[in-house]
Amino acid sequence: MIETQKLTRLFGTLVAVDGISFSVAPGEVLGFLGPNGAGKSTTMKMLTGFLSPSSGTARICGHDIEADPVEAKRVIGYLPEGAPAYGEMTPAAFLAFIADIRGLSGDVRRRRMDEVVERLHLGTVLDRPIETLSKGFKRRVGLAQAILHDPKVLILDEPTDGLDPNQKHEVRGLIRDMGRDKIIIISTHILEEVHAVCSRAIIIAGGRILADDSPSALEARSPRHHAVCLKVDGADPAVVADRLSRLPEVAGVEDAGEGAWRALPAGDASLVAAIGELAAHAGWKVRELHTERGQLDDVFRAITTGEGAVT
Amino acid sequence: MSNVGIILRRELASYFATPVAYVFIVIFLVLAGAFTFYLGNFYERGQADLLPFFNFHPWLYLFLVPAIGMRLWAEERKSGSIELLMTLPVTRMEAVLGKYLAAWIFVGVALALTFPMWLTVNYLGDPDNGAIATGYLGSLLMAGAFLAIASCLSATTRNQVIAFIVSVVVCFGFLLAGFPMVLDMFAGWAPRFLVDAVAGLSFLTHYEALSRGVIDARDVVYFLLVIGAWLAANAIVLDMKKAD
Repeated sequence: MIETQKLTRLFGTLVAVDGISFSVAPGEVLGFLGPNGAGKSTTMKMLTGFLSPSSGTARICGHDIEADPVEAKRVIGYLPEGAPAYGEMTPAAFLAFIADIRGLSGDVRRRRMDEVVERLHLGTVLDRPIETLSKGFKRRVGLAQAILHDPKVLILDEPTDGLDPNQKHEVRGLIRDMGRDKIIIISTHILEEVHAVCSRAIIIAGGRILADDSPSALEARSPRHHAVCLKVDGADPAVVADRLSRLPEVAGVEDAGEGAWRALPAGDASLVAAIGELAAHAGWKVRELHTERGQLDDVFRAITTGEGAVT
Repeated sequence: MSNVGIILRRELASYFATPVAYVFIVIFLVLAGAFTFYLGNFYERGQADLLPFFNFHPWLYLFLVPAIGMRLWAEERKSGSIELLMTLPVTRMEAVLGKYLAAWIFVGVALALTFPMWLTVNYLGDPDNGAIATGYLGSLLMAGAFLAIASCLSATTRNQVIAFIVSVVVCFGFLLAGFPMVLDMFAGWAPRFLVDAVAGLSFLTHYEALSRGVIDARDVVYFLLVIGAWLAANAIVLDMKKAD
């Protein structure tokens, strides 16, 4: 369990993190979302004991990070932003050093080492200095270091930054697997990642929590949630738009490009049925008809910039 | 193995993974030899002791030890690995000690490699080997004191050049604390006891007796206290200046 209360950090007069309170339970994968400079990394640095909070507290599995830092750090695996490591070391020596510090020995140590090397595909680069490795390998060495001691709490600052699409896919799979019994916090500004791995998302901007919900609930805040996209042949576009907008279930109609129209729902009523009926009645040849989920991007932009309608 | 030991071993290995170690050792040995034989008139003195050798150590260390110490923390800050180290389950003091002791051992190895000098005087004459051992002890202690200063100052910045220059200046001040160059800065305005206290901090005064083979517990304790104080300051600096 991670609990923070009114966690605040000032840098001079700049308020980087402004009274953030939340708690995370095992089995949750929490995504920190926010524009650059929102306070995501600063919050993570405070959770892991690298920075002291200016005020407020954070407890990691019952250990206060300020009063009992070593015990708290023992249960955390942390990938700092940019995945720093000792460049002159080889991944093999680096992971051995981490294993020593984490107090792994004997069979457990050998098993964990083999496991992370295999899961992160580090086998081919084990004996090359880390500074000579590609960005993707460096990131995976950092991940290996974080998960080596099978921690209860995993805090990953932009874990998939610099990875190619296949590697991203694998790392997300890894996070999902581990998320079953651990507390995982990741920060990202890739919104598809939130969908792929997170069970909960917190949107931060200006050091404050602006939204805290599951990814699908966040999507539901989009005006385009359950909107219906319609494209027809053999009808005047203006007429189509006009007829659509006169349906009682439709709150508005917008141009979705390429001759398609998007009808925004007025309430919870299903639009597809109504629009299907309308098309059949008017004799339109329907080329395309689908329901949209609503884009997390729209919600994110609306929340973090204060623009656009969010219900 | 304790955390200090684990960090020490990692640090020591990293010295020898890069050319730093070899460059340092070669330059140290060449300069130590050159000073002893050319500036110290080792042969012309006609005495079987290592005084001309030990006499130049303060000046050698003045530049070479900050060169080793400057990277201790500044490099960790620059590369960001400090964030990794400080979020591992180790205390600040363990990290400070591990890194410091590795650097001290490394300087000790360089110092130990001057043993041909010792063989030479034993071949040429019949020196007081007890005095030579004391000289080595004094030299190692003084190197340790320089290193503690450099380690602490290195933690204040992410720039190794700044760490180096500031360390050299502070070490120079401590080295000459008993001499007019430093004392005159205090003599004009400070009360007598303060001037005496500053004079008592001089590395050279404390080192001189040791280098002549006189073991005075006060000199040994002095160097150990200096090391302890600067390392404690090092841990405090790290605590106050965690980020950037």
